Amino acid sequence: MEAIVKASESKRIHPQKFTLWVAMGSIIMMFAGLTSAYIVKKNQSSWLEFDLPVVFGYSTAVILISSITIHLAAKSFKAREMARYRTLITVTAVLGLLFMGMQVMGFIDLEARNIALTGAKSNSAASFLLVITGLHMLHVLGGVIAILVIFIKAYSSRIKNYSSLPIDMIGTYWHFVDILWVYLFIFYNWIG
Amino acid sequence: MSNEAVLHAPAEAGLHQDAHGDHHHEHHHHETFISKYVFSQDHKMIAKQFLITGMVWAVLGGLMSVLFRLQLGYPDSTFPILQDLLGKWAEGGKITPEAYYALVTTHGTVLVFFVLTAGLSGTFANFLIPLQIGARDMASPFMNMLSYWFFFAASMVMLSSLFVETGPFSGGWTAYPPLSALGDASPGSKTGMDLWLISMALFVVSSLLGGLNYIATILNMRTKGMSMTRMPLTIWALFFTAVLGVLSFPVLFSGFILLIFDRNFGTSFYLSDIFINGVGALPNEGGSAILYQHLFWFLGHPEVYIILLPAMGMVSEILSVNSRKPIFGYMAMVGSLFAIAILAFLVWAHHMFVTGLNPLLGSVFVLLTLLIALPSAIKVFNWLTTLWRGNIRFTPGMMFSIGFVSLFISGGLTGIWLGNSALDIHLHDTYFVVAHFHIVMGVASMFGMFAGIYHWFPKMYGRFLNNTMGYIHFWVTLAGAYLIFWPMHYQGLAGMPRRYYDYSAWESFKQFTELNRFISTVAMIVFAVQLLFLFNFFYSIFKGRKVTTLNPWGSNTLEWTTPINPGHGNWVGEIPEVHRWAYDYGKDGKEFIGQTTPVGADETHH
Repeated sequence: MEAIVKASESKRIHPQKFTLWVAMGSIIMMFAGLTSAYIVKKNQSSWLEFDLPVVFGYSTAVILISSITIHLAAKSFKAREMARYRTLITVTAVLGLLFMGMQVMGFIDLEARNIALTGAKSNSAASFLLVITGLHMLHVLGGVIAILVIFIKAYSSRIKNYSSLPIDMIGTYWHFVDILWVYLFIFYNWIG
Repeated sequence: MSNEAVLHAPAEAGLHQDAHGDHHHEHHHHETFISKYVFSQDHKMIAKQFLITGMVWAVLGGLMSVLFRLQLGYPDSTFPILQDLLGKWAEGGKITPEAYYALVTTHGTVLVFFVLTAGLSGTFANFLIPLQIGARDMASPFMNMLSYWFFFAASMVMLSSLFVETGPFSGGWTAYPPLSALGDASPGSKTGMDLWLISMALFVVSSLLGGLNYIATILNMRTKGMSMTRMPLTIWALFFTAVLGVLSFPVLFSGFILLIFDRNFGTSFYLSDIFINGVGALPNEGGSAILYQHLFWFLGHPEVYIILLPAMGMVSEILSVNSRKPIFGYMAMVGSLFAIAILAFLVWAHHMFVTGLNPLLGSVFVLLTLLIALPSAIKVFNWLTTLWRGNIRFTPGMMFSIGFVSLFISGGLTGIWLGNSALDIHLHDTYFVVAHFHIVMGVASMFGMFAGIYHWFPKMYGRFLNNTMGYIHFWVTLAGAYLIFWPMHYQGLAGMPRRYYDYSAWESFKQFTELNRFISTVAMIVFAVQLLFLFNFFYSIFKGRKVTTLNPWGSNTLEWTTPINPGHGNWVGEIPEVHRWAYDYGKDGKEFIGQTTPVGADETHH
């Protein structure tokens, strides 16, 4: 079996990488469903127009930077520069958490402007923002947890791992949630 | 029949080893009871787990239909045994209206999702994909195991909802708001609905984990020579099923998330300022219940094909094997599966013709819906031409496959009626709809599942099911299915609405009292025959006639080159190489030529 797997490795995409791509397609469908619902709802009566929290602009910058750091992390892993790799994945994870914190600040900002996200006073315009952004945050959190796993591996002296598969897959996923947020940001501002 | 021709030396060795020691593992560590039967990562064991869990649900869901059919058939009678069985839900031996709606709702949810999605595609995708494409296991056996255990968790939560004080959810399997969004709307909308949502969320996760794995396995793990166009049609069907699931379940999930927010956090996605008896006007503003229907049916319609396609795939395979003829129009079969998979995403609003949908938009959906008749007709034509002048062996699996074709035609034709938005004004929410989808999706897919079980049971357990019981099972179920659902078309045409508790209270539907009683009686008989099948199944696992040859059906596909009781890893020695498609039956005077046989120099067209 080993021989068969090795032989096919060179020409075919790794099954787990492939699975990730299909999973990302699945996640796209979920957000497509939600943003379509957003559009349908917007065209009905009683839709509240309001300005997006300013902090969402900064969080966009943060997640874009984190994509660069994880890309560099993967490069240093392949160059076996492990110290640099460890720093870069740590920075990425911290940026991910910072991004999530900034999104929460955005929600607090809205509530402070008397735009209720939930509850009887809420308008579905704001609720949609909460649900879609919140779900996206959960996907970022998933990426942070995945980084945590390779982080533990990277600092453990017992485990020696030369396969770049995990970092490649996390990198792909991280870029994906990044692009997903950029899409949502554009959607909130100019499409929806 | 002789199988020597198709046997490879390694497989032969496997046979002998199997005859002596029962379980041979080529590359696996020692397995404990827990790792072999409970938290197994072997796709074959996971398939059996899906199958048997699905069977438990089929019995429960079927029993529920018998209970509410009792109410429909005998609205004036009381059955003391019901009070013993259901307690306060059948005070004085008569099912209460709340219990009736809860039974109908749970019957629908359980049969659609747990039996015909998890039980059907969960079982056969797991079992057949690695075996028929020549892989040792799934792309990720671990994810595969998780897929089952998420299904199990979903099952447990759904089961527990039957026992809460306010009862399980009772607003219909589609869970439309406001009944599903408002705890105050009905007893079943309280804890029962919370549990329903949790269960369904777990189920979506299970389906996604499974689907991802099936797609990755089919596209990446095929053995040498197994090009996509050499795959058996079962695999093509399971592939499109998985694609449908992976793309449509997330949308259902988004619908559920919004529903959870409306239920628990006071948002107004679906709820508006409607007036509820006993509560007053809701504080919500501007919500749209129709929005939920769009999100629900965007899954809901592909779901119909998620249920039906695996049955179509298995039926294609079984019809060809038992007609001893190549499947007619292989590429047309693949193409029509593809067309159905595409159209599945473009027809959801035909479930919503009477929701105030723009008539122009409605007519677009009518056109797209009626287009499905084309690939469906291609498939029916190809099945019939596969049977045509075949050397047919009427095994129980074959009988159920032919039964599937019959049911698919009968149920498909009424789909053309219902796909018309004008006719739908009269027919929507009547028994005509109930009859249509039960025949074309429910019973037809059950027949596909039975066909699959009878056909692959020897591979699953190394023994045969009993044929006599199989034939009784087939004939009673086929006749019963038509006797139950055929009359419902007439009731529906007469305007009899679905989901009513007692039709004898309406002057216009009193005429159907006798007919309802007849349907209920047949339903009980058919249910009893399913118990015979269950007996056959479990009895044969232990006492059935043993399989003595590797390839009892004389089939071309790869699963029959494995040992009779394959271990984890499926093939002893190397995975066989594939040289041809799966349907060389009756070619050049040979009865069948396995996929592993190299193409000879003297063969006719290839």
